[in-house]
Amino acid sequence: MIALLLAQTIAITGGTVYPVSGPKLANASVLIRDGRIVAVGTNVAIPPDATRIDAAGKWITPGLIDGAGQLGLVEISAVPGTREATVQGDTIAAAFNVAEGINPASTLIPVTRIEGITTALAVPTGNLVSGQAVLIDLDGATIEQMLVKSPVGIVADLSERAKDNAGGSRAAVADRLRAAFRDALEYERRKVDFGRAQMRPLSASAQDLEALLPMLHGRVSLIAYANRRSDIETALRLAKEFKVKLILAGAAEGWQIAAAIAAAGVPVLVEPLNNIPGYDALGVRYANAAVLAKAGVNVALLETDTHKTRNLRQQAGNAVSYGMTWDQALRAVTLAPAEIFGVADRYGSLEPGKVANVVVWSGDPFEFTTGVEHVLIRGKDIPLTSRQTELFERYKKLPPSY
Amino acid sequence: MRSCLYLLLALTGACASAGGTRAAQAPAPAATAPAAPPESSSVARPQYPSTYVRHPAPPVLIRNATIMTATGQEIPNGSIVFKDGRIVAVGAKVEAPADAMVVDGTGRYVTPGLIDDHSHLGVYAAPATDAESDGNEATNPVTAEVWAEHSFWPQDPQIPLAIAGGITTIQALPGSANLIGGRSAILKLIPARTVQEMKFPGARYGLKMACGENPKRVYGRRGGPSTRMGNMAGYRAAFIQAESYRRKWDAWIKDHKGDPPERNLRSESLAEVLRGNIYVQNHCYRADEMAQMLDLAHEFGFKIRSFHHAVESYKIADLLAKEGTSVSVWADWWGFKEEAMDGIQQNAALNQQAGGRPIIHSDDPGGIQRLNQEAAKAMYAGQRSGIAITRDQALRWITVNPAWALGIDSIVGTLEPGKMADVVVWSGDPFSVYSKAVQVYNDGWLAYDRTDPAHQPRTDFELGEVPAPGSDR
Repeated sequence: MIALLLAQTIAITGGTVYPVSGPKLANASVLIRDGRIVAVGTNVAIPPDATRIDAAGKWITPGLIDGAGQLGLVEISAVPGTREATVQGDTIAAAFNVAEGINPASTLIPVTRIEGITTALAVPTGNLVSGQAVLIDLDGATIEQMLVKSPVGIVADLSERAKDNAGGSRAAVADRLRAAFRDALEYERRKVDFGRAQMRPLSASAQDLEALLPMLHGRVSLIAYANRRSDIETALRLAKEFKVKLILAGAAEGWQIAAAIAAAGVPVLVEPLNNIPGYDALGVRYANAAVLAKAGVNVALLETDTHKTRNLRQQAGNAVSYGMTWDQALRAVTLAPAEIFGVADRYGSLEPGKVANVVVWSGDPFEFTTGVEHVLIRGKDIPLTSRQTELFERYKKLPPSY
Repeated sequence: MRSCLYLLLALTGACASAGGTRAAQAPAPAATAPAAPPESSSVARPQYPSTYVRHPAPPVLIRNATIMTATGQEIPNGSIVFKDGRIVAVGAKVEAPADAMVVDGTGRYVTPGLIDDHSHLGVYAAPATDAESDGNEATNPVTAEVWAEHSFWPQDPQIPLAIAGGITTIQALPGSANLIGGRSAILKLIPARTVQEMKFPGARYGLKMACGENPKRVYGRRGGPSTRMGNMAGYRAAFIQAESYRRKWDAWIKDHKGDPPERNLRSESLAEVLRGNIYVQNHCYRADEMAQMLDLAHEFGFKIRSFHHAVESYKIADLLAKEGTSVSVWADWWGFKEEAMDGIQQNAALNQQAGGRPIIHSDDPGGIQRLNQEAAKAMYAGQRSGIAITRDQALRWITVNPAWALGIDSIVGTLEPGKMADVVVWSGDPFSVYSKAVQVYNDGWLAYDRTDPAHQPRTDFELGEVPAPGSDR
């Protein structure tokens, strides 16, 4: 009976549908029941009990997925008490899963989702192995309700900022990671010896070594941050040595070796609007995402600054400006991240059976003229309000009434 | 009163545009009047002069473009002519000199060169190492004696990136660690060997001041200030000293009797603020703190020209409009610290609605490359919320309004005959995410051309890198 009461059918009708998994459909509808998409097409029978959303003249896409950030893990960047993404004092923090640090009541979540971002990878930071990243939907009263997949991957840092955790050399970063991976495998083989303290000291705690094993057995990805070309190549080398499923993140100089990354079958999480040279990546440039995509790399986009995750669509638009095709860019914020994070069976496109994360836009989602008309997360039509919309309502006429 | 006058002028401009798109012919380009009166200098020695010289360039005619003048007009199929660094004509039909270089503007848009009144280019140069960190003289909460130009590194590789984004003028500011951080530099954004060659001729200095969390955080455990009330006491103490310094010098300048008073660089900068020769550029986030700073300005009889960041300015937009203080804001930054928690996307639009003078600034080497996009976001956020922001108003947010904040709006910031030929040609509507600056003219000289590697300046720093295929960095 309760299930029946909760059962809800929503029909988004008469818009231009961009399923991503296939060509766009003019004057089409998306039918949603109980949080799932049940039909997409130009000839969908709309049940009489369906709640209708008239999308005539509108664009309909899957909810956007941000490739990596700290949504739910940070409230105010400068206030340490509100930051949960970094664990101190454990350079191989493989067992550190960020899920229980997520704050479902974070004000960033409504601010972000009303701009069409429905799903995000919440990523730990710091150390050599930062911890475990999880995928969340941007709705839910509890962590459990928000989680889409946990863990998606073990995050490791091979960029300049990681060096201090390894004595100050890039070579030591790679060695420390290699040692931890080897020790994890040895620990697995000799758990009994370990329990009897009949082993040499290992390079990480048993808990962390244990947590590396699903990654070393290919069940969970290794998400490696690397920007300099040689660091990207080190990440590729490590992945090959240990036969792990690698996702590159950052990859600022990836364009220089796009063919090699493509040949290795390694996907990349890229921030398109990144071109300020630093010693970690002097060759950073706007065209990175486009060059990688053209070489056949599966590219997903991200916005580094978590408070600006809502600007993911500006990132995508600029990726188009600097050489991606529009279709590639839309894929890079929908189906590509879903594939890379291993949830493409449920996320990333508008197809029957998929989770109903759907956005109705007034036009091209990447254009500034475009506003969000509806955001559905798991079939729920999300109110387009946030703390910021409340501030606007309070102060749009001065003086305000408190 | 000032804001009323401004509004009246803006309306007059809009009325003029309704009459059509006749060509406005320039009188003979006159020598630029200095933007600022000379400082009541405490000494007769030369004061770090600008050595800027206009690059020679042929006359240019851009035709068949949509010309956005920032004076209320958007002229379809329009043309613009500039010669010897001055705009000569703008309109539907113009006469061009026979030797003009002709640029086909079909499908393109032309705007004034963009002005960023809050940049740390050159003082926080890339790569962001300690060696390049020259923006905060964080050794004392009051360092009115330091000048950003003395930190500025013209080989900062971020400079060409900003030029490619259509920027022609910046205010390079000290950071916000200090209550009073020092003098800013108003610079023509062109490749140069020395900062002197970039200094905007005749532009007055700005003085960077900062409210709130930053000075508290930096000095809280180093002798203070450690509170916002401590911040206020710090500004007041500095200006009380400056008042006394000013009196001594004014008395001596009157009759030159006896030895001149001893120079004090700190008080000298502040005395120039009191004389109205230096504009205050005040980093301040919270509405209540901006109101405190206005009281401070009243106490000492100076004007705050612009509140920078001003994340909560929408809460007191009426007050700021009445004071004639502009607001230099982001389109959508928020949340990185507590005083930035209440940022909203309609901030610029609400200030415009209240009759104020909004400016979109960057404070960021990335954002400065797409100030047009940031203005677009802020404009459409306003429009979607029912605030009727015009395209011209939004263009003014990144052109003539920042020019006003720097005191150079009689020289740059609009496309009008007689103004300096700082002109950007865009691949399409500058408020589209898909548009890019194609050509950037600075004082009539082609500083950047996206289609021509010969006009894509690179700094010394960039030499020897793995070359990027194509022109887009």
